[in-house]
Amino acid sequence: MKLTYLTAGLAALAVAAPVAATSVATPAGAYELTIPSLVYRTGPYAPGGIPFANGYADYFTLLQERDGGINGATINLVECETAYNTQQGVECYENTKGQGESGALVYQPLSTGITYQLIPKASVDEIPLFTMGYGRTSAADGKVFPWVFNFPSTYWDAASGMVNYAAAIEGGAENLSGKTIALVYHNSAYGKEPIRTLEKLAEKHGYTLELLPVDHPGQEQKATWLQIRRMQPDWVFMWGWGVMNQVAVKEASSIRFPMDRFVGNWWAGSEHDVQPAGEGANGYLSATFHAPGADFPLHQEILKTVYDANKGAGERERVGEVLYNRGLIAAVWTVEAIRKAMEIKGSNEITGKDVREGLEALNVTEERLAELGLPNFTYPVELSCAVHSDPGTVLIQQWDAAAGNWKVVATGIEPDREVITPLIEADAMAYATENNITPRDCN
Amino acid sequence: MLYREAGQFKTSYTADQGIFPIAQDRWVVWAFVAFAFLVVPFVVNDYWANAILLPLLIYGMAALGLNILVGYCGQISLGTGGFMAVGAYASYKLMTAFPEMNMIFVVLLSGGITAAVGSMFGLPSLRIKGFYLAVATLAAQFFLVWLFNKVGWFYNYSATGQITAPERMMFGYALTGPAAEPWVKYLFCLTFLAVFALIAKNLVRGRIGRNWMAIRDMDIAAELIGVRPLMTKLSAFAVSSFYVGMAGSLLFSVYLGAVEVGEVFGINVSFLVLFMVIIGGLGSIVGSFMGAAFLVLLPILLKNGMVDGLGMMPVTAKHVEILLMGLLIIFFLIVEPHGLARLWQIAKEKLRMWPFPY
Repeated sequence: MKLTYLTAGLAALAVAAPVAATSVATPAGAYELTIPSLVYRTGPYAPGGIPFANGYADYFTLLQERDGGINGATINLVECETAYNTQQGVECYENTKGQGESGALVYQPLSTGITYQLIPKASVDEIPLFTMGYGRTSAADGKVFPWVFNFPSTYWDAASGMVNYAAAIEGGAENLSGKTIALVYHNSAYGKEPIRTLEKLAEKHGYTLELLPVDHPGQEQKATWLQIRRMQPDWVFMWGWGVMNQVAVKEASSIRFPMDRFVGNWWAGSEHDVQPAGEGANGYLSATFHAPGADFPLHQEILKTVYDANKGAGERERVGEVLYNRGLIAAVWTVEAIRKAMEIKGSNEITGKDVREGLEALNVTEERLAELGLPNFTYPVELSCAVHSDPGTVLIQQWDAAAGNWKVVATGIEPDREVITPLIEADAMAYATENNITPRDCN
Repeated sequence: MLYREAGQFKTSYTADQGIFPIAQDRWVVWAFVAFAFLVVPFVVNDYWANAILLPLLIYGMAALGLNILVGYCGQISLGTGGFMAVGAYASYKLMTAFPEMNMIFVVLLSGGITAAVGSMFGLPSLRIKGFYLAVATLAAQFFLVWLFNKVGWFYNYSATGQITAPERMMFGYALTGPAAEPWVKYLFCLTFLAVFALIAKNLVRGRIGRNWMAIRDMDIAAELIGVRPLMTKLSAFAVSSFYVGMAGSLLFSVYLGAVEVGEVFGINVSFLVLFMVIIGGLGSIVGSFMGAAFLVLLPILLKNGMVDGLGMMPVTAKHVEILLMGLLIIFFLIVEPHGLARLWQIAKEKLRMWPFPY
C-alpha cells in the first residue's frame, strides 16, 4: 500500500524535526536575544501583514549586520506564521515563548484576537506584550495591566483625534453640533473599540453618531454605502482592515462621497488600501502616529546595509510604505526598551521580565529619534509604571493619487484627555474586578 | 500471530456484546486510556497542552457530535461553528451569572442549551434533506454568529464584544483563566471526552443508534418498519448538538479563554469539523478522533518539520502546508473514500489473517 511511504515519510519528518532543531548552532559566548515575531504573510489580511513583518524584520537585520546585535548580544528573530488566526497565534506563542537562552523577550501579537488571548497569559509567563496602537485600549493603565503596553496611541486616542481634526476643519468644536459622523467599522472586537469613545464625544459635542458594521472580511458593502448616500453624513470614519478598506474607498468614490471628509484609522491608511480605487481615492484621509515615506536616514541605511546585501525581508521598492514604517517603528521602540532593560540590569543577559522594566522606563526623545535616523518621524514617548500609552498624539495623512504617496496634512492633534482618561480607568477597573486583580501601587 | 481471537471463547451474552470482542483490542485500548490518564498529565507542558492536546480533544468532541448527526443519521449539517458558539456563549453567561457553579455543570448545561437550539434548527430536517438541509443549517451558522455579535446581552455589553472566561476552580486547582496548569485543563477535557465517547459508542450500538442508521439508510423503509422520523431525526440533532455545544464550551472556557465569535466560530470551523468527520470516517466513533487528529496534528507536524527541521521560511512553510494538506485530503479520499476508520478496519482484518492471507 502506498500509505506506507507516506507514513514512513511523516515519521522521518517527526524524528528529523527535533534533531535538526537542536543542531542549530549559536555563536559561542554571545548572549542570544530571542525576539518572536508573530506575522501573517498568508490569509485574508496578508496584504497588511507582509509590509509590517518586513519592516520589523529589516530593523533587526540591520542591527545584526551593522552592530552585531544589541549591545553585543546577538538577535534571534523567530518568525511564526499566524495567518491572523487566534488558535495558530496561541500555538506560535506557546512554541516560541521558551526558546533560546533568554526566552521570548517581548511579543507583538498583531491581532486583537490574539492579544486578548495573550493578555492574561503574559502576566503568568512574565513576558511583556507590546500591542502598538491596537489590542485592549484600557491596557494603557499600567496599574491594572502591568505586562501590556500599547503606546504611542490607543484606538480611543485615534477616535478622539479624528473628531478633533473634523472639528478643526469645521472651524471649531462648537460647529460639530448638529453634524453627523458615520462610523463604518469591521464587525469584530477591533472595529467596535472606538464606539464607546465616539459616543461619549457625541454627547459632549452634540454630533450624531451613526454605526455601520461591516462583516468579515468586508467585501460586501453595497448596502452600507447606499445607506451613507441616503444619510448624507458630514464625515465618515472608518475602522477597517484588509480588503474591507479597499472596497470602502472604492465604494465611497463611486457614490462621490467627498474624500476629504472620509477618515480611516491607522489600519485603514496604507498604499494598498487606496491604490485599487485609482484617481477616485485622491484626498482620502487617515489617522496615523508616524510619517510615511522612505526619506529618513534610517531607511537609507537599511537600503544600503540590508537590501544591497540581499538580506532584505521584502521588495526594495516597498521600503517606506506606511505599514512598513509601522513595523520599523515597532522594532525601534522594542530595541530601545531592550537597551533600557540592559542598562537597568547592568548586563545584557536579560529576560522578558527585564524588558518589562525597560518598557516602563522607556524614554525615546526627539533627539534620540534623530540619533537613530528617524528625525520628525513620530512623537517622543515616555512611559512609567502607571502610564503604558504615551503621548497619544495623532497625525493625519492624505492620499495624493497623482503622486502616488501619502502626505502629512495635520500634526500634533491631541486627543481629548478629559473624556478618554475616565473611560480607560473605568474599563481597566471593570477588568480588575472581573479577574480579581488588585491594581498596583505606582509610586 | 499476535492479533487473533483463536482460543477466546465468549461464555455470556455480556461478553459477546462487548465493545471490543477481541482481547488484544481491549488491552491496547486500556493501555492507551491508562497512558492518557496516568502518564500524560505528568509530562504535559504548556506547549503540548495548549497547542496540541487541548485542540485535539476539543475538536475530537466536536467531530464526534457531528459524526452522530452526519455519519449515523445522514443529516448533513454545516452549522457546527454556530452550535459551538452557542455552547461557548452559554458557558460565558452561566459562568458570569452563577459564579459558584461547578465547571462540570457549566459544560453539561451548555451542552443542554445547545441541544435545545440544535433541535430547533433540526426541525426543517423533517421536510428537507441532503443539500437543502445543508443550506438550512448553513443559515443557522450565519444567524447564530450574527446574533452573538449583535445582541449585547450575550457578551454582557462589553465594549468590544469579546467574551473572556473568568477564573474557576476545580478541586482547588484553577481550571480556567491564565493560572490554570496545563495538566488540569488536559485532564478535564480528557475526562469529558472519554466519558462521552463511551456514551456515544453505546448510544449508536443500541436502539436509538439503530433507528438513526435506519433513517440514514432509507428513511421511507425505516418509517414503514415503525421508526418515527420526527423523534429519530430530532434526537440525532439534539444529541449531536449536545456534544458540539460541550466542545464549544470547552474551547472557550478551558482552551482559549477569550473568544471573538466571528473569528473563532466562523464558517471555517463548520467546514473543518465536517472534513474531520469525512476524512475520519462517516459513522465511526474512532474515525471522529482520527479525523480530528489528522486535521489538528498534521498541520502542526508539517509546520514544525518544515520550519524547525528543514529551516524553511514560515510563510513558505505555510503555503506548502496548505498545499500538502489539500493533497493529503484528496489522496486519502481516493485511496479510501470511507475514511481513516475504514483503513484502520482493513488493517485489523489483515492482521487477523496474517501471516496466511487469502
